[in-house]
Amino acid sequence: MMNLLLNLINGISLGSVYAIIALGYTMVYGIAKMLNFAHGDVIMVGAYICYCSMSYLNLPPVVGVILAVIVCTVLGIVIERLAYKPLRSAPSLAVLITAIGVSYFLQNAALLTWKSDPKVFTSVVNLPSLSLFDGRLTISAVTIVTVLANIVIMIALTTFTGKTKMGKSMRAVSEDNGAAQLMGIDVNRTISMTFAIGSGLAAIAGVLLCSAYPTLMPTTGSMPGIKAFTAAVLGGIGSIPGAMLGGILLGVIEIFAKAYISTQLSDAIVFAVLIIVLLIRPTGLLGKQIREKV
Amino acid sequence: MKKMKKSTRSKLITYAMVAAGFVVMQGLSAAGMVSNSLAGQLVPICVYISMAISLNLVVGILGDLSLGHAGFMSVGAFTGVVVSMSLRFLPPLARLVLAIGIGGVFAGIAGVIVGIPVLRLQGDYLAIVTLAFGEIIKNLLNNLYVGVDKKGLHFSMKDAQALRLKEGTVLINGPMGAPGIEKLSTFLAGFVLVLIVLTVTLNLVESRTGRAIMAIRDNRIAAESVGINVTKYKLMAFVTSAGLAGMAGALYALNYSSVLPKKFDFNTSILILVFVVLGGMGNIRGSIIAATVLTILPEALRSLNDYRMLIYAIVLILVMLVTNNPFLKTNWVMLKKRMAFWRKNKANGGAADGQKK
Amino acid sequence: MARRSNTKMVPVPSDSIVPERDLGRAPVLETKHLGIDFGGLTAVDDFNLTVGATEIAGLIGPNGAGKTTVFNLLTKVYQPTRGAILLNGKQTADMNTVQVNKAGIARTFQNIRLFNDLTVEDNVKIGLHNQVKCGTVTSILRLPGYWKSEKRAHDRAMELLGIFGMQDVAKHQAGSLPYGAQRRLEIVRALATHPSLLLLDEPAAGMNPSETSELMETITYIRDTFQIAIMLIEHDMNLVMGICEGIAVLNYGRIIAKGTPDEIQNNPQVIEAYLGKQ
Repeated sequence: MMNLLLNLINGISLGSVYAIIALGYTMVYGIAKMLNFAHGDVIMVGAYICYCSMSYLNLPPVVGVILAVIVCTVLGIVIERLAYKPLRSAPSLAVLITAIGVSYFLQNAALLTWKSDPKVFTSVVNLPSLSLFDGRLTISAVTIVTVLANIVIMIALTTFTGKTKMGKSMRAVSEDNGAAQLMGIDVNRTISMTFAIGSGLAAIAGVLLCSAYPTLMPTTGSMPGIKAFTAAVLGGIGSIPGAMLGGILLGVIEIFAKAYISTQLSDAIVFAVLIIVLLIRPTGLLGKQIREKV
Repeated sequence: MKKMKKSTRSKLITYAMVAAGFVVMQGLSAAGMVSNSLAGQLVPICVYISMAISLNLVVGILGDLSLGHAGFMSVGAFTGVVVSMSLRFLPPLARLVLAIGIGGVFAGIAGVIVGIPVLRLQGDYLAIVTLAFGEIIKNLLNNLYVGVDKKGLHFSMKDAQALRLKEGTVLINGPMGAPGIEKLSTFLAGFVLVLIVLTVTLNLVESRTGRAIMAIRDNRIAAESVGINVTKYKLMAFVTSAGLAGMAGALYALNYSSVLPKKFDFNTSILILVFVVLGGMGNIRGSIIAATVLTILPEALRSLNDYRMLIYAIVLILVMLVTNNPFLKTNWVMLKKRMAFWRKNKANGGAADGQKK
Repeated sequence: MARRSNTKMVPVPSDSIVPERDLGRAPVLETKHLGIDFGGLTAVDDFNLTVGATEIAGLIGPNGAGKTTVFNLLTKVYQPTRGAILLNGKQTADMNTVQVNKAGIARTFQNIRLFNDLTVEDNVKIGLHNQVKCGTVTSILRLPGYWKSEKRAHDRAMELLGIFGMQDVAKHQAGSLPYGAQRRLEIVRALATHPSLLLLDEPAAGMNPSETSELMETITYIRDTFQIAIMLIEHDMNLVMGICEGIAVLNYGRIIAKGTPDEIQNNPQVIEAYLGKQ
């Protein structure tokens, strides 16, 4: 019983990381209609920045996290400006390949800067674990912080897109780019802003991910990136609550599959769930059903 | 002389290009002028050309984005290994042909299994599901153990012990892949495979089936309205493509002494997609050129050591930015039009001259 | 200029009219209480119509009346919520778009849907998909059957393109054709599927008056040559009144009037639907 509860909590925690990454995918997809495959590698950059500021510069963890967020936000804006903006009117596949090029670039730049040997990431959370039920259930502080961070981000983002002018512009651009432009919305600025937010969140996700799973390599971001992308699609790509739901579901399914079915086949199970969900709901759990007009 | 159809001429140029490439490389290696690293790349180049052409069938001709093509390649590869290693009493050529053939069939079957659910979806959702299937195939192969002894083949999803072999050999050893492959692939076999893949694809495109497939790409609703069974033709393109990828996979595996399942991951799928996009969607000749150049390029950049993949990434981004630059695009179209006009004038002039005589 | 043939329109049991010459043959199309709801909205309701075997029928009505929806119901792009469609006396309830086409309905689209990247000839050949067949393996191996079927498809495509005198643009890309030619190509492609009922959705849209009158000639010519029924949606009243024999007027998803062009022109309800209350 305690085991089940622990797995559930761990699943929600891993899912929270996926959800934060998935938010970046989903927001960028909603607004720029592109699959940003480099997103996973921004996570890795964020984790490295935090690692360096803590290990080399001996800065406190909080400063490390803030630095990571700043660097990744700038990185996101720069990537968008240099690589994606010139392709605004290009076919989506060209943008996809460019995103893959950016992903290669980030991975190999990281390889040159930080070398291929894995770094042991020290957790940014230095709090004691939480012990419940007379010590029968121990939840690590990272797990709790991750889930809390996820909740805070979710509330902040919902408020942001619902209440602020920028947030409303984002929703408008994602609904109809052309019409938004005609209404006087600066589409380029809105897209930049989206990349900035998505990349900043990626940095947080990177730090949280590496705090829980402390091996850091240039390819660290790839698999969580793909998983988070899967989560975004599972929830309905383009939908912010969908990314949350998809991320958490995916995390829970993954941990449960590892615990109760097979560690080796957990990835296959996760992806199989995605396929089954899409066959039943072809646009994801919370995605909009689109009917083509004839 | 009857004027040759434009598409026929284009096809002939493609075949001639492939044949010339083969003859030149054969000649150079006979003269000992091919470096070791390039000689080692000959079979992979043929494999990647075949992969690119087959993926182009789905992405360019059918118009559906597939991100899991390496999955079919791996099915072909491991099937090919099992076939070739369990039929050791046959001559090498027969083993190679059977491995490639059966590898293609098994990948085709995988194509049916993947295709039926996948093709019900559209756009990016379809793409992510192909990615998911690619990962599932990789994950399953990572846990597949196959061995052979006198009693025949043994399979397990647990570990090598569970095979319970009696003086047999383990052919596929889970995450360790296929450890002891006998190298059967040759450049000639690669060339023949490229010709087969090329012929199947080009002949398919210019046929009733191919037109139905392209009709679905251009306008699905209109295709249905003229009585084309969309699922059937989508599946046909998908399965053909998977089968061809399986053949390429078998050739690939039999070119090395060992092959790991993780070789056929998302990155390989993407690599092949890059060939297709850079070569031009639906442009078969472009796929061939892109696959060749981009397979040689990282090798050619080997002297740059650690920087080569970085440069590869930058080249990739720059090529996409340049080829999709609206300004250059317009000018390129203008230039093409002018060339066509000039050529037409010349042809008309030539015809007029002919009449005078 | 094309004029509708001097046929008498006669009433049939299903409260419609068909040309007198079609009385000996079963009607090509009969709909009974056809209707569809989108969510809670009723887009088409109680749609009853009979089209004679060689009739040129018109479906008119103000924008948003549900005309194209009727076409989408007939071709099963949408499955009807209620009612029945009888095509040549056969129920189409279990059919999908592809099967309906094979059973005899071909159509064009209001917003042109050509295979833009393919040539004009290939567009027509795709229309011939179920008429000239050739197996995939035969094609890949280039067996004699392939060459035979390709030649047949080519000859037939050229013949059909000849209806509009489009043979010399056969090698052009369909998407590069001017607007009017694209509409004509859609008609040719639909005809290639060998229909018994041809549905034309605003065939004259975007055409100038001389193109329109040419189109009227051709529609009549197609009916006469192929002996098929044609049903068209059109806003150009010259065309509708000029060639249609029976006309149904749709407003808010319901038929408000049926009759000959003369009857329709003088029907007060129709005038009200188009012009508002006087």
